[in-house]
Amino acid sequence: MKLIRDTWLVFGRYFGLFIHNPVWVALGVLQPVLYLVLFAPLLRPIAAMRGFPPGGAYNVFVPGLLVQLGMFGAAGVGFSLIAELRMGVIERLRVTPVSRVALLFGRALRDMFSIVLQSLILILIALPFGLSIHPLGIVVVLALIGLIGLLTASIGYAVALAVKSEDSYAPIVFTSALPILLLSGVLLPMSIAPQWLQNIAAINPLLYAVDAARHVFNDNLGDPSVLKGVVILVVLSVVAVVIGARQFGRAVA
Amino acid sequence: MEGARPEAVIETRGLRRVFKSRGRQVEAVAGVDLDVRRGEIFGFLGPNGAGKTTTLRMLSTLLAPSGGTARVAGCDLATQPGKIRERIGYVGQAGGADREITGRTELVFQGRLYGMPTAAAQKRAAELIVMLELDGAADRKVGTYSGGQKRRLDIGLGLVHDPELLFLDEPTTGLDPQSRARVWEEVRKMHDRGTTVFLTTHYLDEADALCDRVAIIDYGKIVAEGTPEELKRAIAGDVVTFTVAGEQQRALDLVKDQDFVREARLENGSVHLYVDRGEVAMPAILRLLDGASLQLMTVELHRPSLDDVFLRQTGRSLRETAA
Ligand SMILES: Nc1ncnc2c1ncn2[C@@H]1O[C@H](COP(=O)(O)OP(=O)(O)OP(=O)(O)O)[C@@H](O)[C@H]1O
Ligand SMILES: [Mg+2]
Repeated sequence: MKLIRDTWLVFGRYFGLFIHNPVWVALGVLQPVLYLVLFAPLLRPIAAMRGFPPGGAYNVFVPGLLVQLGMFGAAGVGFSLIAELRMGVIERLRVTPVSRVALLFGRALRDMFSIVLQSLILILIALPFGLSIHPLGIVVVLALIGLIGLLTASIGYAVALAVKSEDSYAPIVFTSALPILLLSGVLLPMSIAPQWLQNIAAINPLLYAVDAARHVFNDNLGDPSVLKGVVILVVLSVVAVVIGARQFGRAVA
Repeated sequence: MEGARPEAVIETRGLRRVFKSRGRQVEAVAGVDLDVRRGEIFGFLGPNGAGKTTTLRMLSTLLAPSGGTARVAGCDLATQPGKIRERIGYVGQAGGADREITGRTELVFQGRLYGMPTAAAQKRAAELIVMLELDGAADRKVGTYSGGQKRRLDIGLGLVHDPELLFLDEPTTGLDPQSRARVWEEVRKMHDRGTTVFLTTHYLDEADALCDRVAIIDYGKIVAEGTPEELKRAIAGDVVTFTVAGEQQRALDLVKDQDFVREARLENGSVHLYVDRGEVAMPAILRLLDGASLQLMTVELHRPSLDDVFLRQTGRSLRETAA
């Protein structure tokens, strides 16, 4: 009960910071539009090429765009936390009886919320261009992308609390994000990779998320890989939230 | 709880904290025994890096001790950190308000963190805004505040839930004299309401003017403890400080073995003498110097200050070591 109340409270604080910052709101809407406007024109000729998978250009590329948005949209969250560390905000919050899990979860939920919103905007804009997706598919895909955001944000906060400086945070997060993204099949399908690379990619949770998202966009909601992707992300997110909350509570008991 | 004397709000025994960085160990707090009584203003005095903040962070549950025990606000630090958090307020060295948020929003949010319903938190925020004279600034972003306004807001954040014990880490560092006086005034008001205040400071005059009792910490160890008066009395007598033209060491050698000198040392290029009675010592010193043809440049007679206490206890002057 206290956990829910505290989480809601913390979410409210960071949501308020977000909503009261017009730059953030504008960029938040602009980002998915940019993704589409700058990327979609490339799709048409490619989709016409021989051997291009069925399902239309948008149905093939939008899942990848969304996964990227989920990950990079949340990869930078640690910067704001480091600024707060410096202002003493984090210590001030930690001295109060507020739940340590809420301190992490409330903020990560805000990040998740903004990513889901951006993803929805991207999907809605793509619809008139020929993206076709079942309404239930939208819900499932938003859940997937939201979980990627929650997972990435939680890890980002845990790293930020551990390293405490932007100079260490940026290289750590972006260097580790790169191989994860490359080996997820977002850019090119992993099925064309040599076996050794596929073996490495098999331990990449994002691979399963991309796989699940692709199936959703192919109207294969019932495919086992969809459930598999969701379950993997849920489990990892829970682990990441717990680890992040530990970092927030790394004081007495 | 049984065992703890009712009047002790903070009681530590052998409190320690070791930091490991790059394979080297720093013992920031090296076995501190403290007893802070209910309702007093307790000053924690020491130079940079003495271990003040580290001690405060341990006592306010932010940092796990490496050793020792502590009871804070009637609760055991190791087993009841949650209870302690409900009873204390903590204002860190860096403050704690977000520059991008208004002071009022921060105060209301702080009240909500302590479990107050929204309406009660708003009412409390409004009270504190009036009390701390932040009326004009409360609805502006904290980033626009003056140093003094910011510090008063920080203190307000620590007071939202009316804690029985308030920790203030260097509440007046970097403030102009006027803002400093305002903060002192607030601290005295808290004291009048019965709140126990534990504050750290570099400033001897602050400890002297504000605190009921003082502990001096140096290299993680308490080197002196008592009321400012007691500490000064322990030195006893008066302090004579003088310089001569030429070699100070010769002047020191000349006077140090005199009967009326309890202790003599060379400090910052001047001779410090601790004497029983200044008015007796002064003429004698003048005669001695005259007899040795040493020309007196400056001479001062004063009652011992906390600075002298610090000097006696640590062999260093506080002003010289504090950045
Ligand atoms: N997180 C940390 N990691 C490593 N060393 C630390 C850490 N925090 C403090 N120290 C070291 O512990 C010692 C005591 O630091 P502390 O901040 O308690 O001093 P202080 O008395 O508050 O000083 P100041 O007056 O400058 O605020 C210093 O040598 C400091 O460098
Ligand atoms: Mg300090």
